[in-house]
Amino acid sequence: MSIWINDDSKVLIQGITGRQGTFHGIRMSRYKTKIVGGVTPGKGGQTVDLDGLEAPVFDSMSEAISETGAEVSVIYVPAKFAAGAIVDAAESFQAAGGGLVVCITEGIPTLDMVKAVAIVNSCPDVRLIGPNCPGIISPGEDGGCKVGIMPAFIHEKGRIGIVSKSGTLTYEAVAQTMSVGEGQTTCVGIGGDPVNGTGFIDCLSAFEDDPETEAVVMIGEIGGSAEEEAAEWVAANMTKPVVGFVAGSTAPPGKRMGHAGAIISGGKGTAAEKFAAFEEAGIYVARDPSEIGKVLVRALVDAGLREP
Amino acid sequence: MNIHEYQAKSMFREYGIKVQEGVHCTSVEEALSAYDSLGSSVVAVKSQIHAGGRGKGTLFDPASGEEVMQGGVKIAFSRDDVEKFATGISGNLLVTKQTGPEGKIVSNMYVESGCSIEHEYYLAVLVDRDSKSVLVMASTEGGMDIEEVAERTPEAIHKIWADPATGISEEDASGLASSLGLSGSSADEMAGMLASLYELFIERDCSMIEINPLVRTEEGGMVALDAKVSFDENADFRHPWRDELRDLSEEEEVEIRANELGLSYVKLDGDIGCLVNGAGLAMASMDVIKLYGGEPANFLDIGGGATKESITAAFEIILEDSSVKGILVNIFGGIIRCDMVARSVIEASEEIGLNVPLVVRFSGTNHAEGKAVLDESGMAVHTTSTLSEGARKIVELIGGGI
Repeated sequence: MSIWINDDSKVLIQGITGRQGTFHGIRMSRYKTKIVGGVTPGKGGQTVDLDGLEAPVFDSMSEAISETGAEVSVIYVPAKFAAGAIVDAAESFQAAGGGLVVCITEGIPTLDMVKAVAIVNSCPDVRLIGPNCPGIISPGEDGGCKVGIMPAFIHEKGRIGIVSKSGTLTYEAVAQTMSVGEGQTTCVGIGGDPVNGTGFIDCLSAFEDDPETEAVVMIGEIGGSAEEEAAEWVAANMTKPVVGFVAGSTAPPGKRMGHAGAIISGGKGTAAEKFAAFEEAGIYVARDPSEIGKVLVRALVDAGLREP
Repeated sequence: MNIHEYQAKSMFREYGIKVQEGVHCTSVEEALSAYDSLGSSVVAVKSQIHAGGRGKGTLFDPASGEEVMQGGVKIAFSRDDVEKFATGISGNLLVTKQTGPEGKIVSNMYVESGCSIEHEYYLAVLVDRDSKSVLVMASTEGGMDIEEVAERTPEAIHKIWADPATGISEEDASGLASSLGLSGSSADEMAGMLASLYELFIERDCSMIEINPLVRTEEGGMVALDAKVSFDENADFRHPWRDELRDLSEEEEVEIRANELGLSYVKLDGDIGCLVNGAGLAMASMDVIKLYGGEPANFLDIGGGATKESITAAFEIILEDSSVKGILVNIFGGIIRCDMVARSVIEASEEIGLNVPLVVRFSGTNHAEGKAVLDESGMAVHTTSTLSEGARKIVELIGGGI
């Protein structure tokens, strides 16, 4: 088991004819993700060669969904048009019974996301992950389901759930679990934008309910208060051990650190506050991401899930 | 992106948001003729820099370092006052709580007609991350730091949220006006101002508008005495007019240059330069350097689409900082291949004549190939496979650490 996606998930690529869409489509397909087609308005009827897979192109999401029965979509559309693509996907999935929308695109105007997220929230059977994220992956026995841009080869099927605001730090966390012989159920990058879809708590709650996930690694960063809220949720609801790291202890206040949301403003959103909230919630804290593996082993041993 | 008060106020005028008459000046002479043209017996002479806390700041002579004047915003009651204050401000260094001790040279001033103040309020429009919508925040405690008000008297802060589809409702707007104790024409003006501010916020893709203070005049009018506006840079593509409002002297030159190359760079005070892919990993690299006793010299994310050219440029930017005594390269290859980064590192080092210790940590896509490329190059470089080892090594090499 895994959360939200699995080996059988049928995936559409929005922006499939673009450079990014084709490049990552090939890599997703090689990992045996079930790509059933893609959408580029005005290019319906064509096909795109994804390393041997001829993926059909549709003009709209509603057409693509009804033709393919897809339940997942990944967006590689440029920032200017990405919010529109999110809305198209959300409304079309809702009309078809629901689905998952994963937006990789970086640099979407915040007010576009405010509008798009409001529409996604009015679609009760649709989940949005991202934007500005690496996506979501559930490793299987042979390949798996990769919906995004992460390097697939570093993953392996296992029992650890991973959720993170940052791309390469997610990979770091994956490598850390592998270094202690643990694989992953699902890894979710929720992105570093101030206004996004799925948050930490959605992921933690799904991991808590997933019978195959036995422990969770959560990676936060400075800015906002999502980590503090997640910590409170963990303390009240989570029965599985959680390991946490927060990036940005050395970030100066008032400076945007790469991600649009990674900024300490008015003295709020510091790594120190977030680490303190983690500790108070009983989360196993790693101060150095290279020690996530070691801390995870300690958490698993304490929970009786691994021999010391 | 931030703009100056005088620019924000001219935008306010376009949207019908009430401000006093004022003139942008760049010299004492211009300030005097502004005073003559305004025809107001009382005027404010205001330093124009992007940082807040101007009123309580101190001006220094940039050459001698001597203190010139207390306060970067002055109320002048005569032409002589204007001359005195403009002389104290123009070309001098203003240090405020927000500029840090290095301060900012003031090259722009704003001379504005005075008004009779009955009460000062605080008003801000911003994107609220929790509710994922636009939030209007107001308080009766104008002129004060909002963080301070939030700390001391949180009940004095009133909030309303805009509906992403329909905006601020009239009901919410008048509700906010009455929670501030406004009535009659002041309440109507306030509600009208909220509608205009929201329109400006959306149309211009703002990330924040702050008016502190917003004042009620003796006549009952609501006037924005200050104006701070910042824009969401992700929306630059649909606002070409922003270029004209940009004051490059307010930005770090090297950060602008890095940005143009697709790099995200922030200068810090330490001595270990960092070159990393990914914003989170870049922050984590700085954190781990610090954890093992070093001090990071910068944040630098080369991004997912880095090329040989951008990596060379990144090296140049790091080495321009004369305090850099060593460099840590930390790459977790995904789309970026470690062997490509290795070749770029070698080329850049040769081109620039690298003369500080270099530690490279590779993981992910083609990490073994990347290490082999570095090993075969004969270059003096230390390679490691974890961030921890990399950080400890560079700290050790520059002779620091715990």
